[in-house]
Amino acid sequence: MNSRILHIATNTFREAVRDRVLYNLIAFALLMTGAAVLVGQISIDIERLVVINLGLTAVSLFGVVIAIFIGIGLVSKEIDKRTLYTVLSRPVRRWEFIAGKFFGLAGTLVVNTVFMALGVFAALAYVSHHFESSDAAILVALYFIVLQFVILTALALFFSSFSSPLLSAVFAFALFVIGNFSEDLRGFAKMTRGITHWLATGAAYLVPNFSALNVISQAGHGQPVASQLIAYNTAYALIYAAGVLGGAVLIFEHRNLK
Amino acid sequence: MIRSRQVTAAASMVVILFLAGSVLLVRQIDQVRTGATLEEVVYISSPKFVKRASLGYDGLVADIYWTRAVQYFGEHHRAGGGRYELLWPLLNITTQLDPHLFPAYEFGSTFLSAQPPNGAGTPEKAIALVEYGIRNNSDDWHLYYDLGFIYYDLKDYHGAADAFLRGSRVPNAHPFLKILAAQMAEHGGELKTAQMLWSATYETTHDKLIRANAAAHLRALQADQDVTELEALVERYRQIAGHRPSSFAEMAKAGYLHRVPADPLGNPYQLTPEGHVLLREPDNFPFVQKGLPPGYVAPVAPKILLVD
Repeated sequence: MNSRILHIATNTFREAVRDRVLYNLIAFALLMTGAAVLVGQISIDIERLVVINLGLTAVSLFGVVIAIFIGIGLVSKEIDKRTLYTVLSRPVRRWEFIAGKFFGLAGTLVVNTVFMALGVFAALAYVSHHFESSDAAILVALYFIVLQFVILTALALFFSSFSSPLLSAVFAFALFVIGNFSEDLRGFAKMTRGITHWLATGAAYLVPNFSALNVISQAGHGQPVASQLIAYNTAYALIYAAGVLGGAVLIFEHRNLK
Repeated sequence: MIRSRQVTAAASMVVILFLAGSVLLVRQIDQVRTGATLEEVVYISSPKFVKRASLGYDGLVADIYWTRAVQYFGEHHRAGGGRYELLWPLLNITTQLDPHLFPAYEFGSTFLSAQPPNGAGTPEKAIALVEYGIRNNSDDWHLYYDLGFIYYDLKDYHGAADAFLRGSRVPNAHPFLKILAAQMAEHGGELKTAQMLWSATYETTHDKLIRANAAAHLRALQADQDVTELEALVERYRQIAGHRPSSFAEMAKAGYLHRVPADPLGNPYQLTPEGHVLLREPDNFPFVQKGLPPGYVAPVAPKILLVD
């Protein structure tokens, strides 16, 4: 990574911290503490499962909200505040600006996820007093969640590069929802024929494949995740995010900022 | 400055009053809409739709549905009406959202199969639930054991033996399943079989509630056996002595007993002038069939002692 991208990424991270993005950790800590104490009293025999399911779901949802709502403002905010012109008047190329913003937000989400993961494991230690080797699946689930954030950050940035913040949020969230049905979409596409088949198949493969990145239930039951899936998901997330970022750069390069 | 303080005080007062008011109103609304929340939960009765709507977070949604099922059962059990219409939809959605949620099969089948007021009295649904669990977790012998138990409660000893036998074929199944299958096929209705079943439950579970329940059943079986044997002994005393004994101490003195007999919790049995043997504290033996005082009404919720 060149130094200009690193500088923009660092500043994006700092700005997110200044914007009190990491305050969500307090809400997360309260949620985990409450769940760990409460579930044993209101349910039967699922304390451990709830801590894992609730913890990982919260990590995912908090991150999704941050990725979308911070991501959509990454470009438009700089334009509104006119700071973008200051940045671009220096020897910073537009693609470097986009890449820096992406790495800055992705870094913020990784830091956030690491703290939340510590919270999940602390709550788990509280309810079950020990760790099992099958808990390694939780780490895989967390890793997949980070991969989701990488894709979503790229998508938010992509929409932010040409659309208003409100519409960008709508587009990004809609793709998040649709992406969770991507396996169904591919199934539906298989049932169609002719030109519809090709269009449906194209659309089904174009939307992000979030459903394969969700192994929360599997982690909850301590079921191992195939190493092949880890490798494929990693490659997929990186390629997809790079493709979307490429699109964002393409649009931003040709955007008239006057 | 003073004006600012006045505003702060007034605003604080407004916040407190409004919060208190809203809490009171919510309580009133809850009273008007009793049970509405839960009915709304199962308003969408299609597990497939609920699964889709959960956006991939179906594990957590299953946990929430299971907790609602437990709450629903607990509330209705306490109320004592014996009506559990929403129990099956809640358990069905729970297990379809997360087919590996074992507590939902284990406890849910008990909730469904137990006779009212202690359960829904729908053993056929309990069987369907556990069979669904077996289809999705065929490598776990515990579910076959639960299935056998439901059949045993129905006095369908052939079905129970079949379930235990199926379970014994699962890799790493507990060896007692084979013994249970044989015992059930030959001596289904016998006391020894019941003791064997509950002992197996007691020894294999890690759940303190299931353990306490098994212990309560074992105590009840022991008390049933004690009462039967003691009443037979009293009858023999009457036939030989020509009159009924006035107390167990009298029988012990005559050499019929070594000491005054006590129930499994250590309380001495009571002997009536008619020769019946009674438990002194029947509430502590929720599953007992014999030794109950005439006209005894069992509490709505069985008293399970968590002492074991």
